[in-house]
Amino acid sequence: MGEDPETFTQQDIDRSIAYLFPSGLFDKRARPLMKHPDEIFPKQQAVQWGADGRPFHFLFYTGKQSYYSLMHDTVAKVLAAEKQQVLLLSEGPVPQDTKPISLVGSRWLLKEELEELLVETISDHDYARFIQLMERLLSLPNCLSEKDFVQRYRKQLEIQSSKQQVAPLQYDENGVAYSTADGRRKTATCTVLLRDCGSGSISINGRDYLHYFPVLQDREQLMFPFHFLDMLGRFDGQCTVGGGGRSSQAGALRLAISRAMLSFLSEGQVESMRQAGLLTPDPRVKERKKPGQEGARRKFTWKKR
Amino acid sequence: MTLHRLFPLRLRQTVTQVRLLHGSGCGHQLEEVAMEPELRKETSVFRTQVNDPACQSERHLGQYYTLPTSHLHTIFPHGLPARYQQQVKTFNEGCVMVRQPPAVRYLLCILHQEGNDLYVSKRPVLLTLTGWVDGLKGSGKTMSLCHTIHYCSTQGWLVLHIPDAHLWVKNCKELLPSSYHTSRFDQPIEASNWLRNFRTTNERFLSKIKLRQRYTWTKRESTEKGSPLGELVDMGVSRVKSSSDVVGAVLKELRLQAAETEESEGFRLAVAIDGVNSLWGRTTIKKEDKSPVAPEELTLIHNLRKMIDNNWCGGAVIATLSQTGSLYSPSSAYLPKELLGEEGFDSMDPFIPVPVSNYSEKEFESCYLYYLDRHWLQHPHSKTDEGKKEIIFLSNRNPSVLERLCAFL
Repeated sequence: MGEDPETFTQQDIDRSIAYLFPSGLFDKRARPLMKHPDEIFPKQQAVQWGADGRPFHFLFYTGKQSYYSLMHDTVAKVLAAEKQQVLLLSEGPVPQDTKPISLVGSRWLLKEELEELLVETISDHDYARFIQLMERLLSLPNCLSEKDFVQRYRKQLEIQSSKQQVAPLQYDENGVAYSTADGRRKTATCTVLLRDCGSGSISINGRDYLHYFPVLQDREQLMFPFHFLDMLGRFDGQCTVGGGGRSSQAGALRLAISRAMLSFLSEGQVESMRQAGLLTPDPRVKERKKPGQEGARRKFTWKKR
Repeated sequence: MTLHRLFPLRLRQTVTQVRLLHGSGCGHQLEEVAMEPELRKETSVFRTQVNDPACQSERHLGQYYTLPTSHLHTIFPHGLPARYQQQVKTFNEGCVMVRQPPAVRYLLCILHQEGNDLYVSKRPVLLTLTGWVDGLKGSGKTMSLCHTIHYCSTQGWLVLHIPDAHLWVKNCKELLPSSYHTSRFDQPIEASNWLRNFRTTNERFLSKIKLRQRYTWTKRESTEKGSPLGELVDMGVSRVKSSSDVVGAVLKELRLQAAETEESEGFRLAVAIDGVNSLWGRTTIKKEDKSPVAPEELTLIHNLRKMIDNNWCGGAVIATLSQTGSLYSPSSAYLPKELLGEEGFDSMDPFIPVPVSNYSEKEFESCYLYYLDRHWLQHPHSKTDEGKKEIIFLSNRNPSVLERLCAFL
């Protein structure tokens, strides 16, 4: 097929399978795939006892051997850290400059993830005890040496704003900076062209925004991105909008304006906009009507007889 | 349009003439105005003490002047917009903003000038106040009209003010066939209401103007030639059945007599019509057999159309086009041609269009300061700069939207 077998990655495999076996199924998990068997088949516990019938692990008869062995190791580390602390204090009351392990940007593994790691089921109570014990370990001052051990049971969180693609600023012939963006909400779509003129006038489909949105609520939606960043009179907007109703058009415009303004802003402002929810497209759409019901949720009137 | 070409020349002439003309009348007021900026710099930014519209000039653009209460009751018994009347009641004073277009006032000064020199063979100057950009609803057309009417009445003109011509073509409770002309219809309630208000506005003229003709109403009722106009108006108010014909007679008399020179007790006539596009549109009134009535078949409308026709002189017709009350016209229509229709446009031609748009920055400033002064803006955030920017954005400097927005702040 013209591909290089030396540098054939998993992504290329997925691409080829999707090309060779096209599937119209909606659920992605039902489509044909070709991956390493470890990723497909769940991990199973290997045989726990030898030919003579004696179990390998000393905690086999607890029933949850990996969980209890993990707790056993953690407690051993806690005791060691406490012993070291006592020793250091007895040497002299010199305060140690030990920095605690940085926990920013990560979270504890969830119960399901821990179960996956240990290849056995644990109860909620067990999970809570485990987290309690880890917190106790972290509270001790000399835990820096156990950093790797702790990080094994924490998951790193990605910074959401780094995923945001900010288009570069464009300049038209007069040297005025402008940027365009699209937005969608329910069935309304719109495009916005923001110009850094300084007039604060917005025209929608050729008409003034005051006449296109006679309702105050819609104009407030338009105002939100500008007001949030204190740039009320700075931009000049040209918008085209179609589909949907008045509220969804206003929502679509708001999203498009926020996206268009990204190119004029700094990183910190982008992050604050994301946290304010201005950049999140609203996923709510009209729910499908089901047969046997009058609407999406409404059932027919129930008659006793 | 020859009128348009004439204006640039005339404007320059008349500016100096205006100053001379009004110098004697309000000289003392001009001095007062000159003193004002030194005395009160903060308050006079949005308010002015010059209450006489004749003395207001470009300096007072964007400033509010107070309507004296006596004038409010006499000149405007029925003319002011409803929301403005509520505002007057709330604030205990009627303040009007001196706005662009100053063109209106300059044109009136021209008329004043012309009126003095040339009365004969001068057709009335038609001024139309139109919403200019994007069907501007609520941009202050009626208020500008009232401002002009105030000016006219302080100058001693006879003001014929029809507050809303749209009200005459819809929601008519009683429709009588006309006694004068069989194919036409009368509207007694509207006509008698209007006559009553007309009487309040123009008290002083009613005794001065004498009728030229004898009018017979019924076999027993008639008004003799030479009797004062007041008698005719009283008759119309009391005899409701023939009030529409009385209105027609009044309009005819005024038309004929407006052409008089000043020596023989003449007067200048100002016809102010709000919503003039209803005269040529459609009506929602139906006859007994459910067929719609055309505007020509209504006596009041028929007589009004005769006033707008260019066959009389010695006055001015000031009209506003409004889409708000009009029937069967799309809400995006704002151009004169769209609102008036072919027929209306032809009969109004030639007219001087006067655009009325949203507040400019200066006007918005003074409106905002006025509301602050009257303690209308109660919300603490509205007094800050950011609040002000928000208000500007949300209302886009449209006067009526701004007023409604500030009502709950």
